[in-house]
Amino acid sequence: MNQPLRLEFLRGARDTLPILVGGVPFGLVFGALGIETGLSPAQVQGLSLFVFAGSAQFVAVQLIGQGAAPLVVVLTILLVNLRHALYSASLAPYLSHLPLRWRMTLAYLLTDEAFAVSAPRYRQPDTTHAHGYTLGSGLAMWSEWQLSTALGIAFGARIPPTLSLEFALPLTFLAMLIPTLVDRPAWAAAIAGGAVAVLLRGLPYGLGLVVAVMLAVGIGLGVETAARARGGERGGP
Amino acid sequence: MTGVEIWAVILGGMVVTYGTRLSFILLPHPERFPEGFRRGLRLVAPAVLAAILVPQVFVHEAGQIEIFGARPAAAVIAAVIGWRTRNTWLAIGGGMISLWILLAAGA
Repeated sequence: MNQPLRLEFLRGARDTLPILVGGVPFGLVFGALGIETGLSPAQVQGLSLFVFAGSAQFVAVQLIGQGAAPLVVVLTILLVNLRHALYSASLAPYLSHLPLRWRMTLAYLLTDEAFAVSAPRYRQPDTTHAHGYTLGSGLAMWSEWQLSTALGIAFGARIPPTLSLEFALPLTFLAMLIPTLVDRPAWAAAIAGGAVAVLLRGLPYGLGLVVAVMLAVGIGLGVETAARARGGERGGP
Repeated sequence: MTGVEIWAVILGGMVVTYGTRLSFILLPHPERFPEGFRRGLRLVAPAVLAAILVPQVFVHEAGQIEIFGARPAAAVIAAVIGWRTRNTWLAIGGGMISLWILLAAGA
């Protein structure tokens, strides 16, 4: 690594530190939840290593615990992680000059956290070595997630249940949801998604979430189309 | 699920997640992709996040809906904190502390 690239790498890792501290309890809870659900330690760590997407991993483990069909769990992971295509699209123009191994590595590390931390870097001047920043952020997040998962597998059974740490999960989704509610279509998609998921919670094979998301995106697009028809060509951004 | 099925889920989960993250990064001209696709994609995040969190907050373990209780109240407090501060960790921390206080108070 040359000097400017190494500096970017260190800066990216450093700017991710506050998020790492907050992420540790989630890895612990995830490791513990996986074991509690009946997965082997290798399977729990395997989810963190191969899927490497905290929120999708939690939902997958919950669905496995409810006896969902394997295909439905994979489909749900896809839906939960589909937002990463937006991250991919946002960073792609800045990464297109890089060799394939760089792009493949950065794609693997492209979590919510790595994207949130490194996206502002690409709005600053001189992005020649900004990919080093994303690598630093992504690798810092990766190390924290693998380590805290392992600790959760080993010591998770000792977390007192009265702490209700599993409630941190919906709170995290809530904190991630708020910045996405930028206009009416987004609000419509969120309200429809939440309401339909509650109504369909009894559906077998864990299909409730998949159906709720598809319906909600359809409703959101409908609201957007209606707004565009009313506002003519002036429309949104 | 059998052990083999769980490993199939892990590998399938890897393929769809890595595929999603790699998608546009692998395109030769990422700036040229359909606008309609981006519109739909933008709405996936609010839809999926709400669809996961709302049942976890408002549905009791036994399966009945709970509107007044420690969890819904703590979630509302977390939402207000998150809305006002735009700070993820303040929202989560505030929500957890509220939950502990409400549970200790017997709500």
